Order: sequence, then C-alpha cells, then structure tokens
Amino acid sequence: MKVKMWGVRGSIPSPGPRTVRYGGNTTCIEVRSDDDSMVILDAGTGIFPLAQSLLARLPVQANIFITHTHWDHIQGLPFFVPLYIPGNKVRIHGAFDLVSMQGIEQVMNVQLQYSYFPIREAELKAGIEYETLTIGEVVMIGDAKVTPVLMNHPVTDLGYRIECNGKSVFFTGDHEPWLNIYAPEDDEYAEYQAMVEQRQAELDAAIGPVDLLIVDTAYTQAEYPQKIGWGHGTFDTAIAMARRIGAKRLLCTHHEPTRSDDDLEKVFAEALSRHPDPGCEVTLASEGLEIVL
Amino acid sequence: MPQLTPELERRLTTAVDRMPAFPKSVQTILEMTRNINCLPKSLVGVVEKDPVMTMKILRVINSAYYGLPNKISSVGQSVIYLGINTIKNLALSFAAVGILPRFNTAGFDIQRYLLHSLTVGSVARLLCEKYARSEADPGDCYVAGLLHDFGKVVFAQFMSAEFVLALTMAADTDKPLHVAETEVIGADHAFVGALLAKKWQFGEALVDCIRDHHASDVEPTPMLDCLRMADAICRKHAFGDSGNPWRDEELKRLPTRFGADIEMVIASLGDLNKHVEDARAFAQIGGEV
Repeated sequence: MKVKMWGVRGSIPSPGPRTVRYGGNTTCIEVRSDDDSMVILDAGTGIFPLAQSLLARLPVQANIFITHTHWDHIQGLPFFVPLYIPGNKVRIHGAFDLVSMQGIEQVMNVQLQYSYFPIREAELKAGIEYETLTIGEVVMIGDAKVTPVLMNHPVTDLGYRIECNGKSVFFTGDHEPWLNIYAPEDDEYAEYQAMVEQRQAELDAAIGPVDLLIVDTAYTQAEYPQKIGWGHGTFDTAIAMARRIGAKRLLCTHHEPTRSDDDLEKVFAEALSRHPDPGCEVTLASEGLEIVL
Repeated sequence: MPQLTPELERRLTTAVDRMPAFPKSVQTILEMTRNINCLPKSLVGVVEKDPVMTMKILRVINSAYYGLPNKISSVGQSVIYLGINTIKNLALSFAAVGILPRFNTAGFDIQRYLLHSLTVGSVARLLCEKYARSEADPGDCYVAGLLHDFGKVVFAQFMSAEFVLALTMAADTDKPLHVAETEVIGADHAFVGALLAKKWQFGEALVDCIRDHHASDVEPTPMLDCLRMADAICRKHAFGDSGNPWRDEELKRLPTRFGADIEMVIASLGDLNKHVEDARAFAQIGGEV
C-alpha cells in the first residue's frame, strides 16, 4: 500500500514563500492498494495536482472518501478534472448530515450552483456515483478494506481505516479529543466524564493498531485553550492517540494556515521535546510526501 | 394489545416532525445561540428539559442513517457522539418549527404537563441514585420520566377532539386516563409513546418503560419501578398535571422495592422543592403553573 500527501494545510489554502516546503494546499491524500486501486481521502485543493497526475492514464477509476463537508475538505472537488472526461468513474463516499438530512450527494449540489460555478452537475461527463456511508460498515475498494469511524468535529466527521494485505493506515480527518463540558464542581461532571472515557475507548478500539496514523494537529498545546470546541487536535493529543492505539508511525497534518514552514518546524520540535519517547516515529506531513507500507 | 390503523400510525409519526417545542426552550435556545461563546453545558441544560427536543434528538441519532452500534439514551450522550455544534443546529431547527401553545384545542395545559414530566424525570433520577444505583442508570431514568407521557402531547396536538373526550371521562368518572384513552381513541398514550420510541429505534429499556408505566401485569424492572414511583409521587403531590388525577387506591399497586410508605420514600429523597422549583422555572410561561 502506498500513501501520498497532496494537501496538508488546514482551513484555507496558504500558498507563498512561507509555506513552500510543506505546501499550501488543503487536505487530500492518495492511497493506492496493492492491486493499484485508488482511494482518495478528502477533496481539498490538493486534489487538483493529484487530478493532473492521473490524466496520463485514462480511464480513471477513483473512490473519493470525504471525511466531512467543510470547505477545506471539499473545495477541490469541482476541479477534479477526471469528472469531466467520459469513460471515467468517480464514486464519492461520505457521511449523512443529520442537520440538513441529506446524504453525501449534497457535496456537489452545494458547490455547483449557478452563482458560484459555471458548470452544472448534469454537465459532468464521467460516471459519478454517491455512497452515503454507515458508521463501521466496510467498503471494499479492490483489495483494500475501508472502514468509516465517527470522529469529533463541529459537523459529522468520518475517519477512515484502510487495510490491505496486513498493512493499515488511519486518517482522522479533523478531530478534537472529547472534553468534559462540565466543571469538576458540577453535579453532572462524573457522569459525563464516564461517557467521555467510554467514547474515547470505543474510538481507540475502532482505529486499532495501525502502521500509519495520520492525525489533525492544527494547534499547539499552548494555543489550544483559545480554540476549544473548534474541532481540532494538538501535536500532544496526536502523540497520545498514537501511543494508545499502538501506531507504528504518526504523521501530523492539517497545518495551521498562518504557520510558516519555520514556525511549523519550531512548534513541532517543541512538542517532540515534551515527548522524548513518543513510542513511534513522528513526522510532519508535507505535500508530495510518499510513504510505502 | 391495542392496534392502530396504519393510517393513524402514519399520521401520528409524521405529526411529531411538525410538533413545535416548548416555549422556554425555544426562546432560550434562540437567545443563547446568538452568542458564539455559549457554553455547551448551558445548551444541554435547556435541550434536555424539553420532551419534544429530546425526543427529536434521540430520534435522529438512533436512526439508521448513522447505524451506531449502541443505542443513545440521553442528550449528554448525543453531544459526545454528534458534537455540540450539531446539537445546537438541530435544536435551532426544532426551535424554528415554532412553540407549543399553552392551551391547545383539547384544553390540555402543556405548561402543567411539562412541569409533571420534568419533576417525574428528576424524581426518577433521585430514586435510581438512592435505591437502584447498581441496577439502572440514573440518566436513563430521567429520560424515561421526561418522555413517559409523550403520547399525551401527541394526542393533544393532533387528535384533540378525541383526547378532550378522554380527559373529560377521566375527570368525571373513576376511570384512569389511559383507560379512557383506549376507550375513545383505541390506544392509550403509553402505547403511542412507545410505538414512536420503538419506531425511532430508541433503546429497548426506554421503550418498555414508556409502554408499561401503567401496566400492572408486567415484570417490573428497576428503571420501570423508579419511573412508576416517581409518577405516583408527582401525581399524589400535584407537581404539575398529567391529566390523570391521583387516586388513593393506586397506593396498593406501587413498586415494593421502596418500602410500603410513599411519604417515607419522599422524605428519604431529601428536599424535593429545589427540583420542583427548577422545573417550575423552566415550565412557566408567564402565569402560575
């Protein structure tokens, strides 16, 4: 199995000289199984360079798994060029939205509106299918097994575990570890804390031990108190997660858009200094990084 | 077992989609959510006091859309699974439906109904903590209390002509309301509430409690015992009004795990006034509850 990072930035594309080493595109990861089946995790702006790389070998069969429908994870979708070429097949998978009561098919509808994009969905030439996923229900893509796992974010967010011939990778999408919403002195604190711990244990079991864990590490530990409830984790919470589930390698992604490459390396080094023995290899994700499992 | 026609069942199920929530929760949620820094616990504190909002949230989270392996039985649990922002937006969508009028055409006072449901929920939780801590979950007992009479508010909103006949029969004769409902409507509020809860895939224990809270011939469970005792305490002391006047002969049918004397049980729970006053503050629209 091969994993390639095409977009590692969070929130908004951040091109420019300050981000040239790690990249400014928003989330997109290409996973190739042993039989070369393609799973694309998220359709941030990183999906545009990925699309260019696919055009040399048509027809394209792509399975795009959307973690959640915030802009930085879907905004590259209308620019996924294989959608416009007859003979290609693109299947888009994602969660049901309980507030809008719509399945993942709305991810295209909302973007291809007349006022916002010049092409209508009916004008896309590839064979396009949508699959709204059920949590925990496995989807087979060639010889790869993809399992959606419910995460914690201000909108329904699915993490994906992908397994192929004994190797595994898990991507959290955006994820903030659960916090108790009550203060220790509140009557409800203990009951809620027990539910939080149960939920955390459920998630750890669903992720399971993996060869590669790719985690949202938007914030530093020092920044986090100002960002509680925004739906993202820190380097420290990611290292704790990797340790709990027994990951062999941790890749930190969803870099803050305001963080320059130098700043990113600085805060990453500070985090590692707090965890001199993190229990696995820990690296920063960068555009173009390819990992063979 | 009563039977509803498929048409009536469909009517009642779809009716709940259009059912507005209670005035205080709608008003408070609209106010709270204007502040981006609104505390999650404050929002939960409002949603979990409203039977309509609680019912609707448990409905969506337990629906097949998610296929969660475990049934979710409380608003707090829903927050952990869905996140506070989703709960906030669901609550806003429920608030947008409107507010339940205090008096509907059945003449059923939803303000006093809410006071009854809230106090039964609180007392059921207290009973569980004191008498059945290792056998049932206090939070689940609260939700059972909050939702046990949900069928009544459905009747009041959507079958008001029939429900007013049943209420009158219960007030003027020695028939309990659930018996009157069965005679007039063909099913009682417990059956209808449980039917909705089952259709929406709530946990089995909660469905059973709603269905059996008036049944004398079922094997009691710790949760059902807490609910029935709480219902008796609140009706005997007129904490709110369920439309079902207290009858002293009911004393003979109370669950035995709490002892023989209902007043001793009440005394063992400490001062209930705080719980009643909290519920009253929430249920109150303007006048006396």
